[in-house]
Amino acid sequence: MAYSAEKLKEEKVFKDPVHRYIHVRDRVIWDLIGTKEFQRLRRIKQLGTTYLTFHGAEHSRLNHSLGVYEIVRRIIDDVFKGRPEWDEGERLLSLCAALLHDLGHGPFSHSFEKVFDLDHEHFTREIVVGNTEVNTVLKRVGEDFPKKVADVIAKTYQNKLVVSLISSQIDADRMDYLQRDAYFTGVSYGHFDMERILRVMRPREDQVVIKQSGMHAVEDYIMSRYQMYWQVYFHPVTRSAEVILTKILHRAKHLYETGYKFQQEPVHFYSMLTGNMSVSEYLKLDEAIMFYYFQIWEEEEDAILRDLCRRFVNRNLFKYVEFHPSNDQMNKLMELNKLFRKAAINPDYYLVVDSSSDLPYDFYRPGEEEERLPIHLLKKDGDIRELSRESEIVDAISGKRRTDHKLYFPEDLLWDDSAKKNIKKQIRRLLELE
Amino acid sequence: MFKDHAKIIHAIFSAGEIVGRKKLQKIIFIAKKISFPFQEKFQFHFYGPYSEELTLRIEELCNMGYLDEVKEKKAGYWQYRYSVTESGKEFLGLHEISMPALDDCLMDMNQQSARFLELVSTVLYFDSLPPEEVAEKVFTLKSKQNYTLEEMADAYAYIDSLKQKGLLQQAAGRATV
Repeated sequence: MAYSAEKLKEEKVFKDPVHRYIHVRDRVIWDLIGTKEFQRLRRIKQLGTTYLTFHGAEHSRLNHSLGVYEIVRRIIDDVFKGRPEWDEGERLLSLCAALLHDLGHGPFSHSFEKVFDLDHEHFTREIVVGNTEVNTVLKRVGEDFPKKVADVIAKTYQNKLVVSLISSQIDADRMDYLQRDAYFTGVSYGHFDMERILRVMRPREDQVVIKQSGMHAVEDYIMSRYQMYWQVYFHPVTRSAEVILTKILHRAKHLYETGYKFQQEPVHFYSMLTGNMSVSEYLKLDEAIMFYYFQIWEEEEDAILRDLCRRFVNRNLFKYVEFHPSNDQMNKLMELNKLFRKAAINPDYYLVVDSSSDLPYDFYRPGEEEERLPIHLLKKDGDIRELSRESEIVDAISGKRRTDHKLYFPEDLLWDDSAKKNIKKQIRRLLELE
Repeated sequence: MFKDHAKIIHAIFSAGEIVGRKKLQKIIFIAKKISFPFQEKFQFHFYGPYSEELTLRIEELCNMGYLDEVKEKKAGYWQYRYSVTESGKEFLGLHEISMPALDDCLMDMNQQSARFLELVSTVLYFDSLPPEEVAEKVFTLKSKQNYTLEEMADAYAYIDSLKQKGLLQQAAGRATV
């Protein structure tokens, strides 16, 4: 029997708190799960620094990847199978792409990518097509199979229906992470009737569409996405931790570039710092390695690196005030910048504006000018209509623009009157802390 | 802080006005690919390279009052027109941004059709592939646009001309941002 069609003698099941069980019958999927590159995802948290706000949010990217696989498997095997628009020959490819879609994520990847100009999607592709255990498994299916998997994940595969299962405005990726993140953070929003959505999904030439009768379930999904954005993903405390983490990486980079002698050589960072990172070096990075350095840097001579690491490890985060960047406020920010320098608190690391556009999450968008493909409802007469044109609730949410900026700073340093007392008082007044 | 916002304002200010969100997305993507220092992350979507980060940044700039967005009804869809407000010009004055060659590139791109810019941006997105594979990607992923080989040749020639302008930027010294 061809490897691609080989089934396990007995179905394997993983107990899962979101989907109850994750079912694996295909030999290829089972082998992929056992690769070291996939197992590495256990050591990378799905929500990065969110655990510092919601202590339950310790779930890994491996949990999520299995969840996405399970949703795609159910869509294909329970809903699409036998429908003329669906090509069963794309089944294994879809399952592999779902399982491996986050393979290139690094530890705290959002901060990492910003500071070191890396791209996890680039590494996902490199891991899939490069000299790895994952690639060895995929190649047994066919010489060009790894490339096809990489193309689906990169959204450049020719069959757009397959791509849309994993990447669209109502895809398996979002449906899993919304529910999983809600479960592990413990929040009450984020839940929606996925069973119902799966039952009303229909394959079309270029995308998955939703039967009109399922519109209310989709409304619920859009609402949950909206709530999770503001209540979890964009939580100001999580952003504070993210700001400090980013500044740690900036500081380490700056120190390296200026010839600073670290007490212990940060060997895992060298290829990143020189902009020359191979896949094998990238795969060695995980959160355990990161925390190892953060802990030893708590004892570094450099006061800024030492302080930032202590703050991150011990959760002594920056405080924040709302910041509306009008020209007046921008002048105030410049004034604060000068005062911070006078107070010997380096504003490059201790005075930071964080904006909603800095986050890797998004709202539903109707795609009015062909920017992104929207969610389409399938009407009884066979016509398709964009969701917000049919749903007043979705129209209300997607039509309103809400953005947010916060100014972060170490409040404890500003109340430390042992030095530069008057300047710090001026700063506190400007920040309206007193 | 807000340097990335300022760069976007600078780009729209240089172009005078940009009509269409899709066009704006493609212009910034192309400018980034030909080495201008825009930081927004782009991914390939149904209609080609797209940056959610850029969309959010534009929304923020509109909310801040630095960009003016005019919504116009077209046949079957809405179109958005962007220009820089007086406050936006003041904001720009607070940031030192100098990308002289960008102005020329932007003016040029702004005169092209959104359809052509979609082709140019798709070709640039796959610029690590050999030309025959790029053509295959364009003809399969953009099959509904029915691009011709002649248009592909025009796209390559256009990219070369933009890169020449970009080189002028490098010759004149790196962009100040």
